[in-house]
Amino acid sequence: MAVPAQVERVPARGSRLVGVRRAFKPIGEARGMARAMLWVGAGITLGFVLIALLAPLIAPYDFDTFRADGERFPQLEAPSRDHLMGTNVQSTDVLSRIIWGTQTELKVVLISLFFSIAIGVPLGLLAGYFGGKLDRVLVLIMDALFVFPFLLLAIVIAFLLSDRVGRGVFTAAIAITVVYVPLYFRVVRNHTISIREEPFVEAARALGAKPFTIIRKYVFFNVVQNVPPLATLNAADAILTLAALGFLGYGIQPTEGAEWGYDIQRAVSDAASGIWWTGLFPGLAIVLLVTGLTLLGEGLNETINPVLRKRPHVKVDLGTHGELS
Amino acid sequence: MAARGTSLRQYLLTRLSLVVPMVFILLTLVFLLMRVAPGDPISASLGGRVPQEEVDRIKEELGYDRPLWIQYVDYLGDVLRGDFGVAITDSRKIGEIVRENGAATLELTFFAMLIAIFVGVLFGLLAGRFRDTWIDGGSRLFGIVVYAMPVFFLGLMAQLFFGSYLGWLPTSGRASPLVDATLETHTNIYTIDTLIAGDWDAFVDVVKHLILPAVTLGLVTAGVFIRLIRVNVIRTMKDDYIEAARARGIDERSVVYQHAFRNALVPVITVVGLTVALLLSGAVLTETTFNWPGIGKTLIGYLENRDYTAVQGIIIVFALVVVTTSLVIDFVNAYIDPRIRY
Repeated sequence: MAVPAQVERVPARGSRLVGVRRAFKPIGEARGMARAMLWVGAGITLGFVLIALLAPLIAPYDFDTFRADGERFPQLEAPSRDHLMGTNVQSTDVLSRIIWGTQTELKVVLISLFFSIAIGVPLGLLAGYFGGKLDRVLVLIMDALFVFPFLLLAIVIAFLLSDRVGRGVFTAAIAITVVYVPLYFRVVRNHTISIREEPFVEAARALGAKPFTIIRKYVFFNVVQNVPPLATLNAADAILTLAALGFLGYGIQPTEGAEWGYDIQRAVSDAASGIWWTGLFPGLAIVLLVTGLTLLGEGLNETINPVLRKRPHVKVDLGTHGELS
Repeated sequence: MAARGTSLRQYLLTRLSLVVPMVFILLTLVFLLMRVAPGDPISASLGGRVPQEEVDRIKEELGYDRPLWIQYVDYLGDVLRGDFGVAITDSRKIGEIVRENGAATLELTFFAMLIAIFVGVLFGLLAGRFRDTWIDGGSRLFGIVVYAMPVFFLGLMAQLFFGSYLGWLPTSGRASPLVDATLETHTNIYTIDTLIAGDWDAFVDVVKHLILPAVTLGLVTAGVFIRLIRVNVIRTMKDDYIEAARARGIDERSVVYQHAFRNALVPVITVVGLTVALLLSGAVLTETTFNWPGIGKTLIGYLENRDYTAVQGIIIVFALVVVTTSLVIDFVNAYIDPRIRY
């Protein structure tokens, strides 16, 4: 019993490694604009991740500090040496709020991405593979959620949760999760349906593999390739949604953490008197982070998606025996 | 010809029959969200401000003391008859809100859509045609940055620059107070109303108020168009018939303009449909930023007052608008492109 098990395991592990290497291969092969987008995007994203991680070290003040050395900061002070990006109407330091805000944004996005993938992908696999009534019901519900203007859905969920759970990171993350589950469900389900009919799945079925084994070993790895570009673009979108929630007053409560969208909302009333620093800097932070994530996602998309992919031309030597790799 | 007519009609019927369960599920979702989660709407909006007996009386009067499933059936019946209910806090009919504030949203989104299509198609076609040149790079970067820009941030910057700094354009509302007070409304779409009234100064005033919100919302929406049209052009340029046209010796210019662009633009109709949901979300934010009295801003107001029936009614209207648009878009597509009808 032990021997065949071992024989089975060794090639399985090897082939999985090959699979991983194959999955990453296009990234090394990316050329031209796709390559530039990929690396610039990755750089910007990494920069923000570092800012979030190092926030306690680099932020001059806490996100809600409005006094130091027993003296209250001036209100709405223009950028100066003490406050590089000025102070807002509550006398807090704009730069500190942006640095701490990075943490909030990334936290919410990570939690919501985790949940929407953890819910959307398995449901999509099941609905796509088994079809039938389950599929029809799920598709109808997901489509109904999908046609809903996404922001409204998020607002309503955040609004309903705010009475019970409070208005922290978690509420915002759940509201955003509900919006994005249908997206993963759709993509995974449609791809699963096309994979289901492939000869290699047919072969596995003919060999007597159980449905869940097929889904796990044959379908999952083919389908899951779509997820990284989608998740990256989705993260960009999630940040916009979170900022929009904050702007409308249904995001993270000011006592729970700094959030860029909320800061911009406070800045609207400053605009009339020509005060620009309270709105400009949080806005630029959003634009930069979302741009970074979008570049990364589009870059990934162009290197992984065969329709858009451009590969370098390789000289093929037809003289000796050809080896397929 | 006869065969085509039948299959088109068949497609329409199939598509229509799919809408019915979709609308049903949407209505149920809204009911569950708005009615079951917070308890009853009367206590939510009036609780604490009015004595309990008064709350109970209103509850009984409006039927919120009955079993939930009876309320549900009642609610479905009302919606089917086109009765979306009455706001608790200010007793406005939802239908009335949609007519009055909806017109403001319609005006804003219509002009925003025009701007989005113009900018999006222009940059999208250019980027796709000159793939991997600086034109492509520039257009795509523009598209990405514009997409990454929260509509309320762009709006705020526009207010700062064109409003506070240059002082060229008004940053709030649909019209100056005087025009707002004296304008005779027929359609509630101010650009049309001022033209009906023949008041040129008022028209200019209304257009001035419209520019910043519409351009803001339009630019942000254009990013989606740029992306999709670019990919479409690239895909179309790889198609066999383009190759065939080149092989026939047709010069590159007309290959691109006559063959590629035309076909690449067909999906724009679909995108316009998909963008309506996006545009409505954007409208909520734009209206809040520019104090535009549209339906989105109204909705936010009712949310703040915890007026569940008003929120529920407005959300249903939003959802129905999106479903109807996607239906219309599918019909148009089926009419244009026979491959879609199965």
